[in-house]
This record gives sequence, C-alpha cells and structure tokens, in this order.
Amino acid sequence: MSALSLLPARRSVPGVFVALTLTLTIGWLVVLLDGGQLFNQSTTVSLLHVAAGLGLVAVGQTLVILGGSLDLSVAYVISLSTLVAAETMNGSDGAVLPAIGLVLVVSAGVGLLNGLLVTRFRVNAFIATLGVGLLLKGYLDNGYDGPAGTTAPSLVHALGYQRIGPLPVSFLLLIAVTAAAWFALSRTRFGHHLVAVGGDPEVARLSGVRNDRVLVTAHVLCSMCAGLAGIYLASRLGSGAPRVGTEGLYDLESIAAVVIGGTALAGGRGGVIGTVGGVLLLASIDAIFNQLEVDAFFKQVIRGVIIIAAVAVYARRAMRKAA
Amino acid sequence: MQTVQPRSLPLRLPRVRPGGVLPILAILAVLLVLVGIRQPDFLAPQSLMSFLGRSAPIILLAAGQYFVIVSGEFDLSVGSLVTAQVVVAARLIDSDPARTWPVVLLLLAFGVLVGLVNGLITTRLRVPSFITTLGMFLILVGAVYLWSDGAPKGGLSEEFRRFGRRAFEDVPLLGRVPYALLVLVVLAVAAVLLMRSDFGRTLVAVGDNPRTAELSGVRVWRTRTFAFILSGLAAAVAAILLGGYSGVSFQAGAGLEFGAITAVVLGGVALGGGRGAVVGAMLGALTLELLFALMNFYGVSGALRSTVQGAIILLAVAVSATRSSSR
Repeated sequence: MSALSLLPARRSVPGVFVALTLTLTIGWLVVLLDGGQLFNQSTTVSLLHVAAGLGLVAVGQTLVILGGSLDLSVAYVISLSTLVAAETMNGSDGAVLPAIGLVLVVSAGVGLLNGLLVTRFRVNAFIATLGVGLLLKGYLDNGYDGPAGTTAPSLVHALGYQRIGPLPVSFLLLIAVTAAAWFALSRTRFGHHLVAVGGDPEVARLSGVRNDRVLVTAHVLCSMCAGLAGIYLASRLGSGAPRVGTEGLYDLESIAAVVIGGTALAGGRGGVIGTVGGVLLLASIDAIFNQLEVDAFFKQVIRGVIIIAAVAVYARRAMRKAA
Repeated sequence: MQTVQPRSLPLRLPRVRPGGVLPILAILAVLLVLVGIRQPDFLAPQSLMSFLGRSAPIILLAAGQYFVIVSGEFDLSVGSLVTAQVVVAARLIDSDPARTWPVVLLLLAFGVLVGLVNGLITTRLRVPSFITTLGMFLILVGAVYLWSDGAPKGGLSEEFRRFGRRAFEDVPLLGRVPYALLVLVVLAVAAVLLMRSDFGRTLVAVGDNPRTAELSGVRVWRTRTFAFILSGLAAAVAAILLGGYSGVSFQAGAGLEFGAITAVVLGGVALGGGRGAVVGAMLGALTLELLFALMNFYGVSGALRSTVQGAIILLAVAVSATRSSSR
C-alpha cells in the first residue's frame, strides 16, 4: 500500500478500505445473526463477479476523472460492446480474437471522439460525453429491440464462469487491468502528466505537458475499459444486450465508485486502488443485502445515502486538512 | 477566461456573446420556418398554443435547472423528483377530488424539501452537487418504488389533472389557451424578474467566482441552496402539469434531468456557472421540443430522437466554445 504515496499529492491508505473492512465485518456479523453465511463459496463468487463488471468500468473512469474530465458515455459503450462482441462471434469459437479486437477498436474510437470533443472543441466533458452517449443510445434504440448475437461458448466458459479457487477469471482480469493502470499512473510519464493536468491544467501546460494528448489518451483508455466490461458482460449473458449498460447504471455507479474510492471529482488527486476499494464496497453492500433478502428498492435508497455520506466524509477530511 | 462585471449583467442579455440569447433565437426561427414549410397548420394559433402548453413542464424544468447551473452546480435529481411527485400524488389523492389542493401544496413543499436537502448537503457538507443529486436520484427512485411496491397505486382526480390537460376555451384570436401555458407564462415572468433582482445578480456572481462573491459579503451557501430549492419547486410544478397531461407512471420523469440540462446548455448557459440568461434556458427547452416535433413531421423514428438530441447538443456547444475561444 505504501507505493500509493509515491505521488506527493496522495493519501497513504485510502479510507475506503477501512470502510470496506468495517462493512464486511458488520455485514458478516449481521448475516450470521440472521442465520446465514456471508462468505460461502457462492456469495463470494457472485460478489466478485459484480465487482469485476463494475470494476473494469470504474478503473477506466478513474483515469478520466483524475485528468479532470468525466465519461457519461460508458454505459452505452458497454451495451454497444456486448453487441459488437456477440454479433461478431456469432457463436463461433474461431471468431473470439477478431471480436475482442473489434470491440477494442470500436470503443477506442468512441473514446477518441470523447477526447477530441473535450480537448479540441473545448466542450465541457459532462456535455460532450452525454452527447456521445445519446448518439449511441439512438443507434442502439433504433437498431435493437432485444438481445442479439451469440457469444462464443469458449469465451462464455473462460471469462464468464471459469474460476481459479474462489477467484473468477473476470476478477483476475480486473486485477490485471488495475495493476496496469496503477503502473501507468505511478510509474510512467503519462500518469504523472495526467495527474498534473487534472490538478491544474494551466500549470501543467506551462510546464510543457501536452494537455490535449494526455486527456485524449485517458479518454481512449477509459472507453476501452468499458469495452472490456462489455466483453465480460457478453460472456456472462451469452449474447449482446442493447440495454445492459444503462440498466446496470454503469455510468453513474462507476463515477460513484471512483469518488467513494477517494478520487476527487475535480481531478488531480486519487488512484485506481481506491477505486477498486469503492467497487468492492458497493459490491459487498449488494451481497450483504442479498443475503438479508432486503428489498431491491430499499437497497437503492441505502446506496444513494452511502454514496453521499462517503463523499461527505472525504470532504470533511479535506476541510480539516486545509484548516 | 474573460472577466465579467456583475454590475452590467442585466444589460448584457440582448447582445451576441457567449451566454446571449440571439443564437438560440436564430435556431428557433430556422426550426419554425422548417416546421412551417412541412406543416403549415402547426403555426395556427390553436395548435401552437397546445404545443406551448405541452412544452411547459420541460421549459419550467429548464428554468429550474438554470438557477442551479448558473450558480455553478448541477441538479441530476429533477427527473426522479418528477416521477416521485407524480406517483405520490396519485397514491395520496386516490381519485378523491377533495384532496386535490392539499396534495398540490404537499407536492410543492416536497419539492422545496428535496431542493433544500440537495442544497444543504452540497454547500454545508461540501459534497459535489453531481454526487449529491445523483445520490438523491437513487434515493428517490428507490423510495418511490419501495413505497408503492413496484407499481403505481391510486389515481389522480380530475381536478388535479385539469392543470395539465384543460384550457380556457374560445379565447379571442388564440382559440384555446391551456392552463399549463398560463402557469408557464406567469412563472417565466417571475423567473426573469427574479434574475433581474439582487438575488439574480448574486446568483450569477456566485457561479462566476464563488471566492470573490464570498469576499464581497455574499453568503454563497445560502444563495446556492436557494437555487436548489427553486429547482425542486420547478420540478414540483412540472410534475403537476405532467401528471395531468400524461398520467401516472414510473417513467413520468425518466431522463428529464438530462433533457433540462441539454436545454439549458443549448440556450447558451455555461456549465460551471456565471454566464447565460434564464430566457435562453427556456428558449433552449422550447427549441428542443420544437426539434422533436419537427422530427415527428418528417417521419423520423422516435428511437433516433436521442441521436439527434446528442448531435444537436454537441454541435451547439462546440460552436459556441470555438467561437468564444477565438475572440
């Protein structure tokens, strides 16, 4: 964890892991009193599956938020990616690699568009990515009424359901992507530049950072992460689903996970490790409530409260530090 | 970043500049001409009046959203608030006409309360408004489903619905004037007057530079909280009109927050605050509605609505952004 403090502006241990530990402990006790078992094989596995999907998106989202931007189009990129993947594969194992390649290219294209709108055309990130999201939504609404395409059985098996011990392959994929993002942020020039741009664009520019290029790269990476999440969901569902991204609220939830993980919404401060903590926290709450058979709608209310409360706690800390 | 002099604000409105209303008026005029060519009947007083009445809710939401955006924040909770209001109204009224007015008052109070909570959490607890109102969105949607066990219950009384669907008949020259249009006109005038008052100037100053405003004695948190309250109130009125016009469903307010934000931005209001006019925001909403009507006349599939909305908003913002940077 100490590696997190490599960047000067960062906190040592994100508070989210304290919250995660507390939540899991309390949740475990409550579920135990309720006569259940929080950490049995099937609940743990399903918790990690939930975390894998949201996590892939949230790690990408962390990159753009660190750079002071935002991506509201991820939910549609996910839906689009499941369709591109499933329709390209069309049930044949031989087409897995081309399909994955195509998804990454398409999602990178969307990211490029987002990035160029934000940098070259100076459109506010909120509006730019919302607009691109709406473009994709129209395409999806117009072209698809329901599931389409078939995911190759080998991919369904490997990425959707295969696991090593209690760890699903998809969660290992999340760990790999997180590690790569962590490395990029803390050890490469791109990472340092990105944090600098998010912290103060003008200062970054004057110190010779090419802000535009850095931000466009972050947007491309963010969309590609959403594309990966789409491939994962396609392998889970067995087909392309035109509304899976929006119904899962992946846009707003991923931003929530990033912010709960301690990354400042304004950019320049935070990291992917905290984001994974945020994702695990949201997934744990989900798992605990499922075990307690809490009403799904009540779960959503609690979710809203937790998101606000978590960010309020961070804001309080920052205020105290500043004082 | 050019410096803005808050004192000259009321005079800035008519001139062409970022935040001015002329561009949106031009777009509106072009759309009107296009509609006129395709469907001349549409421009007859009768259908124009009913179009304006139908557009009243989104125009009001745009005005509400404007107050929040010009003060430098966001309100993503309005769509869910409209849904919650409509569902709550149906359940409480339960088709009993006698309960109409108490419920209307309750809805307005509910709107104020949600705005107050949004505002206080954002300003006092320093949670970014994006997160506050996103959380509120989740809470309201969850709560309203929870409270009604997944399906809307009860029903609206005819007295309640008349605000959204009835009209003054046989008005000279205009024909039929919907109640909703009257509500819209009154509230729009009130909004414009409010923006010309001290409060309006303070609101813009807070959005332009909160630090400067704070140092010159403005209580920023109070101003911003009031903006959220106005947005909540606008959502309450919009819900009353929408519930009357289209009835009760969980989809009543779906996506309205983004529609309102689109309209505000289309009207030349800068996200981040400090620039733009409330008239622009309302015209933006009207333009958006007119655009959808036009698409309808040209037989464009309803599924493509969002694509067009997305393209328009990107185009409008990109054009205004490149223009303001080239000055």
